[in-house]
Amino acid sequence: MASGLQLDFSFLTADVLASYVSKGLWFSVQLTLVAMVGGIVLGTLLALLRLSGKKWLEVPAALYVNTMRSIPLVMVILWFFLLIPLLIGRPMGAELSAVITFTLFEAAYFAEIMRAGIQSIPRGQLHAGYAVGMNYRQTMQLVVLPQAFRNMLPVLMTQTIILFQDTSLVYAIGAYDLLKGFEIAGKNFNRPVETYLVATVVYFAICFTLSMLVKRLQKKIAIIR
Amino acid sequence: MANWDWQVFCKNTVDGEVVPRCFGDNGDITYLDWLLSAWGWTASVSALALLVALAFGVLMGILRTTPSKALVFIGDAWTELFRNIPVLVQVFLWYFVIPELVPPLKQVPSFLLVVLALGFFTSARVSEQIKAGIQSLPKGQRYAGLAMGLTLPQTYRYVLLPMAFRIVVPPLTSESMGIVKNSSVAFSVSVAELTMFARQAQEETSRGIEIYLAVTGLYYLTSILVYQVAKLIEQRVRIPGQTSGGK
Repeated sequence: MASGLQLDFSFLTADVLASYVSKGLWFSVQLTLVAMVGGIVLGTLLALLRLSGKKWLEVPAALYVNTMRSIPLVMVILWFFLLIPLLIGRPMGAELSAVITFTLFEAAYFAEIMRAGIQSIPRGQLHAGYAVGMNYRQTMQLVVLPQAFRNMLPVLMTQTIILFQDTSLVYAIGAYDLLKGFEIAGKNFNRPVETYLVATVVYFAICFTLSMLVKRLQKKIAIIR
Repeated sequence: MANWDWQVFCKNTVDGEVVPRCFGDNGDITYLDWLLSAWGWTASVSALALLVALAFGVLMGILRTTPSKALVFIGDAWTELFRNIPVLVQVFLWYFVIPELVPPLKQVPSFLLVVLALGFFTSARVSEQIKAGIQSLPKGQRYAGLAMGLTLPQTYRYVLLPMAFRIVVPPLTSESMGIVKNSSVAFSVSVAELTMFARQAQEETSRGIEIYLAVTGLYYLTSILVYQVAKLIEQRVRIPGQTSGGK
């Protein structure tokens, strides 16, 4: 290239990657997995509350879900980072704060997905459960939720990819994630352009692979159904 | 926690003194002034990014429904590229990397770079909606247009797009509301929008709860405004006879 810019990636040795990036990658993955599992569990509970038919359960659940969904995630991250220490009376690390925030935040999004999933199951299934003598809990656990979960699997996975992308927003409170790892390496070796480029490629490779897998899953499920 | 101090918004940002009428004068500004201008930045970033997203999203969405394999590939590649990179990383890319590769961009203010980043990121999502909208039309519409002797561009212009655009208004509404929320990533490159205000004012005043409440309230208000405008548009352009959303 004729331009003055010379890209030089030689400083990114395996050692550098291991000491700067792998810690961040591990945190991003952990954050994604914990928030996914916790978010789906809490989200399913919220969805059940919203479909319970009891006003005093529906209204608070709907309020929670709609509030979370209308605030930017960055603001939610900042809110929790400010509020949790006030509530527990001592400071909390950015990483732990992020895990709590993401779990509670994603629960709102997973709740909407699970609600759609549960509503997609014909009412006859519910009645059939009751007819064979199951109670509400058994019918949900053994009949409705497994089907709802399976129908929604591709959407849940797509949301998880978005969740993984969003973990980069812990930048707002300075937690050490994948992006931060690249950023610090870039600062220390004075090669920010190269590290941001590599970070882009890494994020893209992960998310693109996952979204291709989701597409295949979607086709499979569509055939079985 | 119980002792609120809403007067914080009337404080001068330089010396921290409470200003009697809450708005600064002679070039001094209060936190309230700053909050409102930050709201303006959030609105401008979001509005301009929406324009970029619609322009590129519509174009790419259309390409993905054409019979040409090459055009479909371009549209698909665009969508996958901008959808699979976190928006914050895309902001950094526009701010730190692309100006190094394209030196003239060094003169461009970070505000516009964020607009491009957010716009391109969202264009991938818009392209999905446009593609789905066009594909939801019966295939006969396209064939009818072509059979009447319209060229492919004419078929799009007079037959497919007038229907598709009206179908995609509701999903585009949520994308527009998403842009307002995502504009908060602009804080990372020091655009003086709401989230940046929240972080800085919180640090300067230590009245985080009041500051965050005000900022969150303004985000909420902005979302509602966008939603109401979109509803108006939706009612104006609804396709008569199509059953959607009750009355």
